[in-house]
Amino acid sequence: MELLSGAQMLIRALHDQGITKIYGYPGGSVLHIYDAIFQQQDIEHILVRHEQAATHMADAYARATGKAGVALVTSGPGATNAITGIATAYCDSIPMVVITGQVPSHLIGEDAFQETDMIGISRPVVKHSFSVKHPSEIPGIVKKAFHIAESGRPGPVVIDVPKDMTNPTDKFEYIFPKTVKMRSYNPVSKGHSGQIKKAFDLLINAKRPIIYAGGGVILGRACDELIELAQALNYPVTNTLMGLGGYPGTDRQSVGMLGMHGSYEANMTMHHSDMIFAVGVRFDDRVTNGLDKFCPTAKIVHIDIDPTSISKNVRADVPIVGPAKVVLQEFLKLLKASKVQADKEALKTWWHQIDEWRTRHAGRYLTDDSEKMKPQQVIEMLSKVTNGDAYVCSDVGQHQMFAAQYYKFNKPNRWINSGGLGTMGFGFPAAMGVKVNFPDADVACVTGEGSIQMNIQELSTCSQYNIPVKIICLNNGSLGMVRQWQDMNYESRHSHSYMESLPDFVKLAEAYGHVGIRVEKYEDLEDAMRRAFAMKDKLVFMDIIVDEHEHVYPMQIPRGAMRDMLLSKTERT
Amino acid sequence: MRHILSVLLENEPGALSRVVGLFSQRNFNIETLTVAATDDPTLSRITITTTGIDKVVEQITKQLNKLVDVVKVVDLTEGDHIERELMMVKYKASGAARDEIKRTADIFRGQIIDITPTTYVVQLVGSSKKLDAFIEALDSSHLIEVVRTGVSGIARGEKTLSI
Repeated sequence: MELLSGAQMLIRALHDQGITKIYGYPGGSVLHIYDAIFQQQDIEHILVRHEQAATHMADAYARATGKAGVALVTSGPGATNAITGIATAYCDSIPMVVITGQVPSHLIGEDAFQETDMIGISRPVVKHSFSVKHPSEIPGIVKKAFHIAESGRPGPVVIDVPKDMTNPTDKFEYIFPKTVKMRSYNPVSKGHSGQIKKAFDLLINAKRPIIYAGGGVILGRACDELIELAQALNYPVTNTLMGLGGYPGTDRQSVGMLGMHGSYEANMTMHHSDMIFAVGVRFDDRVTNGLDKFCPTAKIVHIDIDPTSISKNVRADVPIVGPAKVVLQEFLKLLKASKVQADKEALKTWWHQIDEWRTRHAGRYLTDDSEKMKPQQVIEMLSKVTNGDAYVCSDVGQHQMFAAQYYKFNKPNRWINSGGLGTMGFGFPAAMGVKVNFPDADVACVTGEGSIQMNIQELSTCSQYNIPVKIICLNNGSLGMVRQWQDMNYESRHSHSYMESLPDFVKLAEAYGHVGIRVEKYEDLEDAMRRAFAMKDKLVFMDIIVDEHEHVYPMQIPRGAMRDMLLSKTERT
Repeated sequence: MRHILSVLLENEPGALSRVVGLFSQRNFNIETLTVAATDDPTLSRITITTTGIDKVVEQITKQLNKLVDVVKVVDLTEGDHIERELMMVKYKASGAARDEIKRTADIFRGQIIDITPTTYVVQLVGSSKKLDAFIEALDSSHLIEVVRTGVSGIARGEKTLSI
């Protein structure tokens, strides 16, 4: 029998769970835990400069690997600083375990120093949370936390640990449970076979089908099944912002991203379809546009692991609750056994129409005679220089949409962005979280001069641990997406959307021991970017000056149908 | 439409706040809420009455089911069921009103459970509508204070909510 303190149990349980790295920041309530970390070798702790960054690092690890990442923060401000990161993970269904310190049990409720009700504050943005009541519960709670975070529709789980639960002198028997059994939590393991058959009939008999695939396909590791099914049927596939890479972006059957800033062909194909095969999506408002005008002729099959996603915004004709992988395997079986085949003639006509939309190149950017680079050119260059194979971790704004539109993702888990919450400041720590776990991979942070300043303190963490990410800062001197909306809806009154007194990012990078490169002309871009990626062991901050007048197009017209889009400053559908 | 939801959940600290938080977070409305441990002390049972169109109530039920602490959810209004609520009402009871209150309480099968020279407390059990009707039946100028427990409900016959 092995006796361990609560602090030791926590670290041991993380190790037994297979965790090798955690991201965090110490403080009073977690000092016992940090002392336990100091006295072991199994788990590497990475010290960030702000707790938000720790949560984004853990989150990005999860997005790149599918396994829950772990952040450790202290009580009070440490915990509240972690909230944005927890909410970010929650909105994108990312598995994560966040361990927060808490004041000792006897002080809870006394307004003690650095006390905050973390269970209460985090409640709306966690999948579940635990408060430790006895040190011996810790291994079981850790096991349950990972089980809940990673299974079903994944999400963040908070473990709140009062300081007295980790007291080094109170030791108890350590038993790490092999399995988890919870009567109140049993995520579905397969879809309803009757519903699947019904849906298959719709699928195989469609004349103008589209497969609408989201983040759930990536989270559910169902990309291979999706590709097999789509290709066997020869149906067009559109991906959501969260689903990019779930189906290869350069494949002929991909019509690109759909929604507010989706491609012209994707939105047109959706609107005119007669059958939408939706997998791992939630018919988000950034996808559907006006609900009353949404895809008027389409029957909808909706596969999702979370029943609450189904018929929440758009009524599904055939709902299927189940894991994408298992359900799609069922479809593949039915397809192999089916006497009915997809209607080749109808598909030919449909593809003819789609290709016609596609070859219009509607909504694509144009270079003009202005001196300044177009931001889209930078993303296309990034795609070229990294052979479309980098991990692209994005911040939030115009650059995020340009990256989603112009970087062609052929593999899942490569596109890492805050889609649901839209957290500025996410991209840089996310890139760090990926790079420390995939040291040999090219990892780019696509950002803007606004977003990067929301977590720029992490340049210091990158010095300490030598985390050589490449920061691709599309610097237009303004909060581009805010400015775009102000141009469109507020007669270009740019209220607080410009950035004055920007730092010299090159000198700033150098001050932390990194490399800074400023690029102002397109002809210098390729060479500079190749140099940056060739410096394998250096963080390179590329400050790239781009045209501040550029808008993101296509852009759906608010409350219109999917097909109603602005294609440039002067054209619309 | 009005719905009565019965929820079995783990009798754990914080479980109730997750249920209540869900309603405010998602803009669902709660008309009444009652909660207590069941015969199995590890389980609590909540009865919630709410009103909404079918789509909203479907979301409420799904969202409740999604909470990790929730073991089971049933919409009692989907089948035959019994609902009861307990109310205590304090009246100014002097002069003619004293008899009037007593008579009305008898008609409604209520009991007077506290008496002073100037006040009565009437206890009444029944459906929410019956309790409303009792208050309507008496002159509101006598009324001092009302306290209601909120609805508890159970399915009729063989149907049960258990694990």
